[in-house]
Amino acid sequence: MVYDDTFSITVNGQHRRVPKGITIAELALELGLEPTRVAVERNFEIVPRSTLAEVKVDDGDDYEIVTFVGGG
Amino acid sequence: MADDVWQVAGRSFTSRLIVGTGKYKDFAQNAAAVEASGAEIVTVAVRRVNIADPKQPMLMDFIDPKKVTYLPNTAGCFTAEEAIRTLRLAREAGGWTLVKLEVLGEAKTLYPDMVETLRATEILAKEGFEPMVYCADDPIAAKRLEDLGAVAIMPLGAPIGSGLGLQNEVMIRIMVEQAKVPVLVDAGVGTASDAAVAMELGCTGVLMNTAIAEAKDPVLMARAMRLAVESGRLAYRAGRMGKRRYADPSSPLAGLI
Repeated sequence: MVYDDTFSITVNGQHRRVPKGITIAELALELGLEPTRVAVERNFEIVPRSTLAEVKVDDGDDYEIVTFVGGG
Repeated sequence: MADDVWQVAGRSFTSRLIVGTGKYKDFAQNAAAVEASGAEIVTVAVRRVNIADPKQPMLMDFIDPKKVTYLPNTAGCFTAEEAIRTLRLAREAGGWTLVKLEVLGEAKTLYPDMVETLRATEILAKEGFEPMVYCADDPIAAKRLEDLGAVAIMPLGAPIGSGLGLQNEVMIRIMVEQAKVPVLVDAGVGTASDAAVAMELGCTGVLMNTAIAEAKDPVLMARAMRLAVESGRLAYRAGRMGKRRYADPSSPLAGLI
């Protein structure tokens, strides 16, 4: 366990460290994503888009962040 | 054609051609093909965002979801659970309950797994989704789908991406005759005449991707498909002539010199 100002999380299968206390919307922005264009699943539960700016990232969280791509 | 709208899940559409957005050279070509096709609905897939390169162009930059209805699909899902998870995310990403459900049985044929498809349809309908459902050319399964809450029945005409044309006209016609919801041929169309055949059988519409995207000139093929769907629809409405076993002259027999 590392005691610093970061949390260890997983985003789309990749490990990352993010500042403690950030919200999911802030996480999206840090990743360079437009929060209005993505959907977020946190530990296999959908996070409603309306709450992205309120829900805080927690240590050990597992995120899936998806968007629409071309497909048939 | 303005007087010949069709409805699904309470929404009205004029175009009876739904096009996919996969396999194109680039987004610009894709957008040009959608424009030429006249499609009012496009299918889209749900995938992880590219975290490594978030500034890459996105589909939404080229095809505006405010102008064209995005129909999120579950391509690549082989179980009901995978498909439901994907569509829950799609609903959150877009805010749409109108979705395309497809649960595939195996990778070689991409044939639908109807047991999983029926199970997913029931759960999705209970969660408030309006699923348009890719399915086998099976009138009994189609009836069950309808009973479980499918808002459209979408049998394959031939394997996805095969371009073989409709292999099952009899079953698709029976499905059209019995269904109370729209029936659209989804998959198998290779060229314009295939789309016309589907429409002449009385299908509400046709969904295709590869036939346009893999044409040598996708934009030209998109236009061809638009016209084929329209002419097939008109021919269906007009009611074709009966077939005869032998010739019947079109010029009068009387007054011959």
